[in-house]
Amino acid sequence: MKEILFLSGKGGTGKTTICAALASLWEKPKVIADVDVDASNLPLLLSPRLLSQSPFQAGWEPVRDEGKCTGCGTCREKCRFGAIGEDLTIDPFDCEGCGVCAWFCPEEAIVMKEKEVGKIFLSETPYGPLVHAELYPGEENSGKLVVEVKRRARLLAEEQGLDFILIDGSPGIGCPVIASLSGVSVCILVAEPTLSGLHDLKRLAALLRHFKIPGYLIINKADLAPEMSSELLNSAEREGLSFLGSIPYDPEVFECLRLGQPLPLVSKGPASKALLEINGHVYKNIVGGGEQ
Amino acid sequence: MILAVASGKGGTGKTTLAVALAQAFGARLLDADVEEPNAHLFLKPALSVEEEVYRMVPSVDESRCTFCGKCKEICRFKAITTLPGTVLVFPEMCHGCYGCLEVCPEGCIEEGQVLLGRLYFGKAQGIELAYGVLEVGEPMASPLIKALKERFLGRDGLQIIDCPPGTSCAVLTAVRGADFCLLVTEPTPFGLHDLRQAARAVRTLGVPAGVIVNRAGLDYPELYPFLEKEGLPLLLEIPNRREIAEAYARGEGLLAVMPELKSSFEKLLEEIRR
Repeated sequence: MKEILFLSGKGGTGKTTICAALASLWEKPKVIADVDVDASNLPLLLSPRLLSQSPFQAGWEPVRDEGKCTGCGTCREKCRFGAIGEDLTIDPFDCEGCGVCAWFCPEEAIVMKEKEVGKIFLSETPYGPLVHAELYPGEENSGKLVVEVKRRARLLAEEQGLDFILIDGSPGIGCPVIASLSGVSVCILVAEPTLSGLHDLKRLAALLRHFKIPGYLIINKADLAPEMSSELLNSAEREGLSFLGSIPYDPEVFECLRLGQPLPLVSKGPASKALLEINGHVYKNIVGGGEQ
Repeated sequence: MILAVASGKGGTGKTTLAVALAQAFGARLLDADVEEPNAHLFLKPALSVEEEVYRMVPSVDESRCTFCGKCKEICRFKAITTLPGTVLVFPEMCHGCYGCLEVCPEGCIEEGQVLLGRLYFGKAQGIELAYGVLEVGEPMASPLIKALKERFLGRDGLQIIDCPPGTSCAVLTAVRGADFCLLVTEPTPFGLHDLRQAARAVRTLGVPAGVIVNRAGLDYPELYPFLEKEGLPLLLEIPNRREIAEAYARGEGLLAVMPELKSSFEKLLEEIRR
């Protein structure tokens, strides 16, 4: 099974638009997954029909039985996160759910309760089954939710005998991105030719090297800054990324977002044409087995 | 006043706006997107201080360990485990709660440390800038953001926080304690979807919020009734113009292309103060 993950470092470079376009162009059967759990936008382009949803629990929160509490303050002394105030109220934002307070409470007045932090959805789309999720705003444990979405996508692929999983990732290089990298065969990085785009691509490439995952590069909106695009290309070469192609700035991309459809279905414009070509390269270089 | 600039969706223009606001008012600027910090690319500050930030992870003296398994029992993050004759620590899973150090009956677990990231402080164009850079491969951004805020934020004057994208704990760590949060969005279905999430997240903190629509003019009217329904004031619209995107690509600020924005910023600040 091959897992192909779309990442960008910087947000808003076009990961989701490109992932949806390739999902629509791929004729090989695949599972699609959206692991950008705090801004899950891929479903907005794939006309999903929800099949099932389930709550997701991760992490713990301390719950105190005020009847048992003698106010001794041991919990406050032991907490390293400053989450327990002078009046012994527990601040949910500072609490990491480590349970040290509960462990040391001499009265056993604190129990750790599992927390529901989000929901996982299974949908069907015209392009294949889609596993996606929503992290409740402000929750921790986005990494665990990412791992669970991926686990379900893999199970589904095994059950249905599908060889590919196409995954839309999150921006950044921290917890959810690191969680999304485990078991990935290749990453497709989407960068834009800006100073920020260049800077963020380098950090993401370093992360891929750290985890020894091969990376490919797509430059989006390449014509906005041709010089910066060639700098991106040079940098990609130095960072060991293979180049898949460029996509020009095209106002029709907005139309595809507005209509909620993958770009190749609603546009024959320059961006759509570029994506067709890129899809060919993806087939040749990543999927294997020649051109589609 | 502390003003946080946030957005659910990435790439909506948070940094562009935070930098322009800091330039317009000579405000202090804190770039809290420690995974991908960008504000310094536009301001090119002369750096005066660089600081390393470490986080605590357990370090086990196996010669004194009886492999009783207490440390494994207390750890809810599966960051430490005992096998016959050895103890394994997984620093990337560790939250630094000190639970294992506290329970070890032999006292053979000590404080170790790993590099979490670096903090940079500098000045450019009269603006004081601070930013953090998370070490590549480190999953947890929040503790570095916390350290950065503790070191840099003062009591007086206008201070702007450029937040990471999303709605998870790192965002709340960045926004927390701000007097007001500017939510930057764009009139697209993605922009609306992620704004909804971000507005909910900021609300849990009790920080008042208003909206700046970037790339205004894209034909997606659905955004505006949402703002009205949620009681989110529309504070400013920045038009969708190719020149702005091109200037950004070159690393030029918003005010260089649209100097007239300065007076809009002044009005915006007045409105927030009210």
